[in-house]
Amino acid sequence: MSNKRIRILIAKPGLDGHDRGAKVMAHALRDAGMEVIYSGLHQTVPSIVKMAIEEDVDVVGLSIMSGAHIPISKKIMELIKKEHLGNIIVVVGGVIPTKDIPILKEIGVTGVFPGGTPFEESIKFIKEHVRNY
Amino acid sequence: MGVARYIKDEKDRINDVILQSGIHIKPLYTEDDLKQIEFDYKKDLGNSGEYPFTRGIHKLGFRSREWTTRQYSGFGTPKETNERWKLLISQGQTGLNVAFDLPTQMGYDSDDPIAEGEVGRVGMAVDSLRDFEIAFKDIALDKIGSGLTINAVASIMVAMYQAVAEGYGFSKQQISATPQNDILKEIVGRGAWIFPVEPAVRLIGDVIEYTVKEMPRANPVSVCGYHIREAGATPAQEIAYAIQIANAYIDNVLERGYDIDSFVSRFSFNLDVFGNLWEQVAKFRAARKLWAKNIKERYGAKNDKSMFLRGMFGGGGGGLTKEEPENNIVRSAYYALAAALSGAQTMALCSYDEAYTIPTPHSALISLRTLQLLMDEVGLRDTVDPLAGSYFIETLTKQMEKKIVEEMAKIDKMGGMVKAVSSGYIQKEVARQAYEFEKGVQNAELIKIGVNKYTGGEEGKVELHEYSDESAIEQIKSLKELRKTRNNKDVTRTLKALEKATKDKVNIMPYLVDCCKAYATVGEMTGIFRDIFGEFVEPSIF
Repeated sequence: MSNKRIRILIAKPGLDGHDRGAKVMAHALRDAGMEVIYSGLHQTVPSIVKMAIEEDVDVVGLSIMSGAHIPISKKIMELIKKEHLGNIIVVVGGVIPTKDIPILKEIGVTGVFPGGTPFEESIKFIKEHVRNY
Repeated sequence: MGVARYIKDEKDRINDVILQSGIHIKPLYTEDDLKQIEFDYKKDLGNSGEYPFTRGIHKLGFRSREWTTRQYSGFGTPKETNERWKLLISQGQTGLNVAFDLPTQMGYDSDDPIAEGEVGRVGMAVDSLRDFEIAFKDIALDKIGSGLTINAVASIMVAMYQAVAEGYGFSKQQISATPQNDILKEIVGRGAWIFPVEPAVRLIGDVIEYTVKEMPRANPVSVCGYHIREAGATPAQEIAYAIQIANAYIDNVLERGYDIDSFVSRFSFNLDVFGNLWEQVAKFRAARKLWAKNIKERYGAKNDKSMFLRGMFGGGGGGLTKEEPENNIVRSAYYALAAALSGAQTMALCSYDEAYTIPTPHSALISLRTLQLLMDEVGLRDTVDPLAGSYFIETLTKQMEKKIVEEMAKIDKMGGMVKAVSSGYIQKEVARQAYEFEKGVQNAELIKIGVNKYTGGEEGKVELHEYSDESAIEQIKSLKELRKTRNNKDVTRTLKALEKATKDKVNIMPYLVDCCKAYATVGEMTGIFRDIFGEFVEPSIF
């Protein structure tokens, strides 16, 4: 790993406005030395991808509470592929039933952190899986 | 549960207990404590039904009237929702608490591309009066009151509720709607906002003004400390922010030339029961007193009823865990106990599976039974404010009062809640505390059974409420059908009138009722507001 700081976009896709988890993770990742950009609420998949490009991030972290994690993840992975952003990894957190984790991984999501995942675990995972290092 | 910090010595004896609001609990309270806080029965408490109402707003408490049980429900299509409601009513539920899906809450029609994947997911999809006609079919709207859990477009839903009731032969004077209609807490803690703060608050004021004149049984605003607490605020902040939010709405209505006593008695509160039991009880008692004082001293109200803090105390979702989910049934029962000991008028509990999903009929029924069991089997209706006079509770109530007053003063110093929220101050404060709390849970300074202490129990089995695209497809089909079959001339005419009223800054409610009756859609009505008001820009701090 180089000394470059990991840049991560914490994004809230869709109409759900519960941002406690997203903001808590943003704080934890910032404390862990990462550069954190928070998208704000009510983002669409294209607006998130655009922000990821503009901010030149290594990681996109989606926070989803509404239950729509599978369709949203599908859409973002398709767009990332289309835009040839293979260096960006996508992780998903929020209210995610265990049975959906393998489905998300199959779609191309690198890591899934359901609510209550220890900060250290998510941080370690991101550091290990980030691609540009 | 795990919401106070316990400082222990090496022998596991507790040296100190620090509540979330920052109050230290002592090992023993005696009459000296009451002397120290200059406890004065008449001034601090008074009998129940007497100012400052610390002991409760009704003289006989639960003896004269049991608390209303109002489980949050509604999902999928209006037809599915109607079936669920009838089930809950047949099981003894006495009020409805309507959950709307996110597109509806955000003012989008079900066929809007932005709604894809969300139609009917976390609540009922409502596009037009047609949906309300199906959802409220065969429900006695003169007997069953309805909480409408919606904020940014609460005005539209209240208008639609009037329209559906009138269609079914109930007058607007007979029906009881309780829209949440609290946009400031959305901006602080729940995120379902659309418009910038000032026009958003105007819409809240329009609903209050209209219902006070036209719908005497409505409770036009349910001020939610709840979501702010769940987003990370302390119990003291929860109450302070809720009172200051209510004050922002009061100020808006007063500017229209109304007398405080003509409308404020219709306000109600939605407050959280999650937390340390004693802190919760003290919080609710202090809240009742401070609300009464606020209305009397700040606004000069004369009528006792104006000073009543009427509330739904419930929920507690923040305390529930994904691990060993059946433990949540037990947790919720204790939260309900806190609400009952605090004299709640209405209660609703989060169901044990809500850390995963929206409740199944099975889990919603367990919550309802929990409330009924407390009411009829345990003795909570026996006497009013049973903890009053306790050295500990009275001391704590006084300390909570002081903390709440301090937090309120900070908001006043910033120029009121509209300013404090527009600048992002409150949101930042709340997010910072949420992070501190989460760190506390992760390093086990804050105990959660089954999560960071006594772990390794059986994995619970949760039956998931499955979302089906079929409901969404059906909903979109019927919306498209409606657009073809309704009288589109009426729609255009009523929407034009709404647009003019919105621009002219007259009360938009009668115009919304006309739009609803013409079967204009939620998206069409909200679209008018979006064009005129624009959208809120979130301060990008966390």
